Amino acid sequence: MPSYRRICVGSASRSEFDAMPRMTMIEAIRSALDVSMARNDDVVVYGEDVGFFGGVFRCTQGLQQKYGVSRCFDAPISECGIVGTAIGMAAYGLRPCVELQFADYMYPAYDQIVSEAARLRYRSAGDFTCPLVIRMPTGGGIFGGQTHSQSPEALFTHVAGLKTVVPSNPYDAKGLLIAAIEDPDPVIFLEPKRLYNGPFDGHHDRPVTAWAKHELSEVPEGHYTTPLGKAVTRRAGEAVTILAYGTMVHVALAAVEETGVDAEVIDLRTLLPLDLETIAASVAKTGRCIVLHEATLTSGFGAELTALVQEHCFYHLEAPVMRVTGWDTPYPHAQEWDYFPGPSRLGQALRDIVETR
Amino acid sequence: MTSPTPLHFHVPEPASRPGGKPDFSGVSIPKAGSVRRPPVDVLPEEIRDLAYSIIRVLNHEGRAIGPWVPDLSQDELVAGLRHMMTLRTFDARMQMAQRQGKTSFYMQHTGEEAVSCAFRIALGPDDMNFPTYRQAGLLIAHDYPLVDMMCQIYSNEHDPLKGRQLPVMYSSKKHGFFSISGNLATQFVQAVGWAMASAIKRNHRIAAAWIGDGSTAESDFHAALVFASTYKAPVVLNVVNNQWAISTFQGIARGGSGTFAARGLGFGIPALRVDGNDYLATYAVAKWAIERARLNLGPTLIEYVTYRAGAHSTSDDPSAYRPKHESEEWPLGDPVIRLKQHLIAAGAWSEERHKQTEAEILATVIAAQKEAEAFGTLHSGGKPSARDIFEDVYAELPPHLRRQRQQIGV
Ligand SMILES: Cc1ncc(C[n+]2csc(CCOP(=O)(O)OP(=O)(O)O)c2C)c(N)n1
Ligand SMILES: [Mg+2]
Repeated sequence: MPSYRRICVGSASRSEFDAMPRMTMIEAIRSALDVSMARNDDVVVYGEDVGFFGGVFRCTQGLQQKYGVSRCFDAPISECGIVGTAIGMAAYGLRPCVELQFADYMYPAYDQIVSEAARLRYRSAGDFTCPLVIRMPTGGGIFGGQTHSQSPEALFTHVAGLKTVVPSNPYDAKGLLIAAIEDPDPVIFLEPKRLYNGPFDGHHDRPVTAWAKHELSEVPEGHYTTPLGKAVTRRAGEAVTILAYGTMVHVALAAVEETGVDAEVIDLRTLLPLDLETIAASVAKTGRCIVLHEATLTSGFGAELTALVQEHCFYHLEAPVMRVTGWDTPYPHAQEWDYFPGPSRLGQALRDIVETR
Repeated sequence: MTSPTPLHFHVPEPASRPGGKPDFSGVSIPKAGSVRRPPVDVLPEEIRDLAYSIIRVLNHEGRAIGPWVPDLSQDELVAGLRHMMTLRTFDARMQMAQRQGKTSFYMQHTGEEAVSCAFRIALGPDDMNFPTYRQAGLLIAHDYPLVDMMCQIYSNEHDPLKGRQLPVMYSSKKHGFFSISGNLATQFVQAVGWAMASAIKRNHRIAAAWIGDGSTAESDFHAALVFASTYKAPVVLNVVNNQWAISTFQGIARGGSGTFAARGLGFGIPALRVDGNDYLATYAVAKWAIERARLNLGPTLIEYVTYRAGAHSTSDDPSAYRPKHESEEWPLGDPVIRLKQHLIAAGAWSEERHKQTEAEILATVIAAQKEAEAFGTLHSGGKPSARDIFEDVYAELPPHLRRQRQQIGV
């Protein structure tokens, strides 16, 4: 098993940690919503199939029954309407946390997100603000084809005024989601759907594993936050730094174990704000860096990371920064595993980069 | 003036939920044959009432009555019945194939077969459909090969779409079937553009847009109505109201509008509402709208009142959000049984012939399935190549994709 260094932050008490339940990512997200709704009447949750049914991935199951239809309800199939109304509610003073059924369906909402949510504070000089969270499942690995597999994080990180979060495990998912809901600005909360029910390291041909066997499935029942803008080192190493987030954190740990390369694996957790300090310190130590993401290569978030690393660590670098990513094509259905940047593609990059002198 | 009570938030609720009694008392159903048939050049304001009624032809005894009885021969009706039976059998086999792990996903049409099967017959060979994932009848009733449909579902080496698309997202220009996107409502407005192009080019071809009840909430639907109305586009705007959008009942998308057909009224688009489980009525109404479009009279909005008898998809279990036996209580019955009864009542069909036909169709579908499976299924046998990932992103492979393709060594 790879080793995980865990940072526990926030307000959970020691006794809570002693008897911690195990949660899947879905349960952790649900728990974050539940805790937030219980603490603050202004938190409202809605989206397509989110109310009575509890969402197609069941992240909001039971919330309507517990908090009533005014706090958790079904929305018409209009992503534009969901986000547009959420902005109006946020401007009123509520704390909407809306769900888009898949990230692939966020485009009708994109104008509302980019032109409105992201800029409301700026253009009104703080007169109106938009404390809003937009959750959406991202990433592939479920044979979802081009409309259930996309990773559009770079379309959000490119927009001034948005924060973008990608958890890789249940513990972080809950802490980050509560922090996102409590944040004064709009937060895009990307949920790697392949991690909903268990960790996934890219070995699609092996039996699926459950979160219960993973230490980061120990999640306190109550309130705690994982601060936005703090990365975490999942594995310490000396030879190369791997920058990853979401599903790719697990892929990275698997590839490191399989290649035996002593890599440092950093789970970014938030892409914006970005924990540049942790990244720079690691690359200064290792002198090598691989950026890993599932999204397409060109103008992906990896391009930003690569630029930052060369800007801040140029004199420490012993090899060009490498990017391992999805191909610059739509996400195919049948050829999913040729597309997905799994441990063998990363493994090759690891071997290549440590040999570069 | 201050109001005596504070505001309250309204969220529509369906008539009943799991554990409750199915309740369709809110669906008012006019008698078959009772709704008038206006001439196709009628002014939209003269038929506003039709957006709130339901055009029906087949009565309880299976007799075809009233002004909307279409001029379909008994042979044509038998062919229509066979199309619907084929679609139903195809669905059952592919649903099972998904359960057997031969593909990742499937979506059935159960209860809605009449809509797409009848529409295709009313349409001309050069017209273009912009379908959703629940109109495979447009292909089946147009003799698209079942084997090719299955190969697409299996994403195998013979898949016309080269493994790229999710199962059931067919595409066939030759069969007047525009590539299905998967993003809801996007194509509804594209159909209007296609129709505008046909008018710009002074052609005779028309377009048919398709959308589900739930998806009418998307902005693209409303954009389509504006453009269709402004440019009098030769397009039939089809809304398939099967009562559900995954777990969400149609009231969430419909809101205070009364019916989906009524959405057309504010745009000055004539709107008809039809019994979508009545093959004859569906055909007649489609024919009326298609004729209007062809005569340069502009768009028509049609709401097909039907019921999604099955699950939304293989990823869905409706017992979590609607009463278990709701589909049995659906007051407009089953389209296959209703057309069968009609043909029997007309002396053109019998229980025996029906059984024989069922067996014959099953054999045909199974044979097609065997043939398709010889080309592979999603996880075994022949597959599309990894090269196919990189083709067709652009007309010509650009250098960066050539490099990426080399990286995976294909
Ligand atoms: C833009 C977009 N948003 C959400 C979805 C997810 N989704 C797929 S089908 C569906 C329900 C559609 O219901 P309806 O339009 O009534 O069609 P039906 O499935 O009943 O035929 C939803 C929400 C999607 N495919 N595209
Ligand atoms: Mg529907």
